[in-house]
Amino acid sequence: MSLTEAAHPAPTAALSRALNYARRNPATTICCALLLGFVLIAIFAPLLAGDPLRIDPAQRLKPPSDTAIWGRDHLGRDVYARAVYGTRVSMLVGFSVAVLVTILGVAIGIYAGLSHIGGAVVMRLTDAMMAIPAVLLAIAFASLMNAGLLTVIIAITIPEVPRMVRLVRSVVLGVRQQLHVTAAISIGTSGLPLVWRHILPNTLGPVLVQATYACASAIIASAVLSFLGVGLSPEVPSWGGMMADARQQFRIHPVLMLYPGVLLSLLVLAVNILGDRLSDALDPRKARRSSL
Amino acid sequence: MNTVVDVENLSLEFRNGEQRVHALDQVSFSVARGETLSLVGESGCGKSVTAMAIMGLLPKASARITSGHVRMAGTDLIGLPERQLQQIRGNRIGMVFQDPMTSLNPVHTIGMQIAEAARRHRQLSHAEAMQRARRMLDLVRIPDAGNRLTAYPHELSGGQRQRVMIAMALVCDPQLLIADEPTTALDVTVQAQILELIADLKAELGMSVLLITHDLGVVASTADRMMVMYAGRIVEEGPVERIFARPSHGYTAALLRSLPGHGTGRRGTLTEIAGTVPRLDRPIAGCAYAPRCGFAEPGCSASLPPAPEVEDGHRSACIREAAVFDAMRDSPIVRSWR
Repeated sequence: MSLTEAAHPAPTAALSRALNYARRNPATTICCALLLGFVLIAIFAPLLAGDPLRIDPAQRLKPPSDTAIWGRDHLGRDVYARAVYGTRVSMLVGFSVAVLVTILGVAIGIYAGLSHIGGAVVMRLTDAMMAIPAVLLAIAFASLMNAGLLTVIIAITIPEVPRMVRLVRSVVLGVRQQLHVTAAISIGTSGLPLVWRHILPNTLGPVLVQATYACASAIIASAVLSFLGVGLSPEVPSWGGMMADARQQFRIHPVLMLYPGVLLSLLVLAVNILGDRLSDALDPRKARRSSL
Repeated sequence: MNTVVDVENLSLEFRNGEQRVHALDQVSFSVARGETLSLVGESGCGKSVTAMAIMGLLPKASARITSGHVRMAGTDLIGLPERQLQQIRGNRIGMVFQDPMTSLNPVHTIGMQIAEAARRHRQLSHAEAMQRARRMLDLVRIPDAGNRLTAYPHELSGGQRQRVMIAMALVCDPQLLIADEPTTALDVTVQAQILELIADLKAELGMSVLLITHDLGVVASTADRMMVMYAGRIVEEGPVERIFARPSHGYTAALLRSLPGHGTGRRGTLTEIAGTVPRLDRPIAGCAYAPRCGFAEPGCSASLPPAPEVEDGHRSACIREAAVFDAMRDSPIVRSWR
């Protein structure tokens, strides 16, 4: 949402600037539109589709009809409704993980970048965590806790944090060597104001980009967890869970796999492309070239 | 006592594992109230390290002060807790750095950055601090100060940024301004403006200036006294006009000779000092400049006595000072100062 709000700050002049931008960057515009579409679908799911949970064995594996435009699954549930509601899980997990990873990663990363001994300890811990595959770690955490959305979010957040910590630390190590930080110290700034005003704002560019990648990988990870049947209970509509269900009918009804699969690919692709564009836009060398 | 800051026998080394670099060796000087003291020397001789040591800005992990004191109004800044140093930085000592392109924070407006020190040290409210920042912009002669407060550093030219840096350093009316090569990164016409600004502000605000430079032209036009530094030691110190009129150290003589247009060579050739700065990984006995010096004799490698006065207020660590002056007596630059 904030992306589109930022694109339209004032009605007339800003609108024409936004349109101009859209004309020059069709890929970015399409991805923004896609993402906005997914957000709207997630919010207004009850208006767009019927009950995703209603089981109707008599209708099982029925082809598309007026009541279920994408057909019905092996329990006779509306595939379209499940796909629409599944957007909610993916978006919620993606955004929550991105926010949590950013907060935790920035806090720990700045500490690691400024403290000599603390930094060494934190780096060894992240090394250890990154040695274990993220999905494996997420499965382990998810199976330790009660099933539910919060469990999924936490289980995906924990393995994502070390990546952000490493990034933030490396940026902080560079920023704190910059002359303007020395200059800030030379006028008596120190401690929290120094971090808050002079170090943190200069790390935000790479952090935002990493956050979008964390969002995309969290969406995939949540689908993987649902596909494997960890974390969320099977009746909760999610794209991963739909694909797991469709797997058994794949030879006869491959299209059941296709719906959630295409949606997942589109969403992840949109988020990733936006991340790339964001990293280009925030890279001062590239930004300068395009503005000249 | 009319000194603002008094540096006494300051020695400092950098450590990197087993490696040690003796960056400063028994540096002593004092800055009097209202004077401009210039610190001159080639790259790597310890000018900036001296400034950073006074401010306590050197990395604590690698830089170690092995002896000496930096006294300011009776307080020794060496070994002062960080919290108390913060009260002094930006309040009683201001500092301007070499590169104005990177010494301002790109994400804040210049008004915010100038106001920062005032809010911190004078406990001013945001509005009061911005008022003060505006006055500072007027003071450093940035036109249209009211609108410029909300400009970001990238909207300003190099010379204007350096003016903003000066405003930041002076917002709390410090007694001492340390200017570490403030004009090196600027082009020549802007250099002159910035130097003039510093000289004017010094007179207006009654502060002292420690001007670090490698440009003898800058020294001649702005400083009252100068110190020549070589390999972490002060080799000659005195009033600017006396040092130019009676150069008394082999290194000073070589610096003067290397000024374009003042050398022995014909117009169009540049005279350089042969050789390079010595490695400082072990203490050097005797004169550090002797290996490159045209006046050197065997006695130069004997350990040095404290620099004696060659005339009133003019000290030189050179035992061949008489020979140096004899050789320089007829050079055009020396004659022009006599």
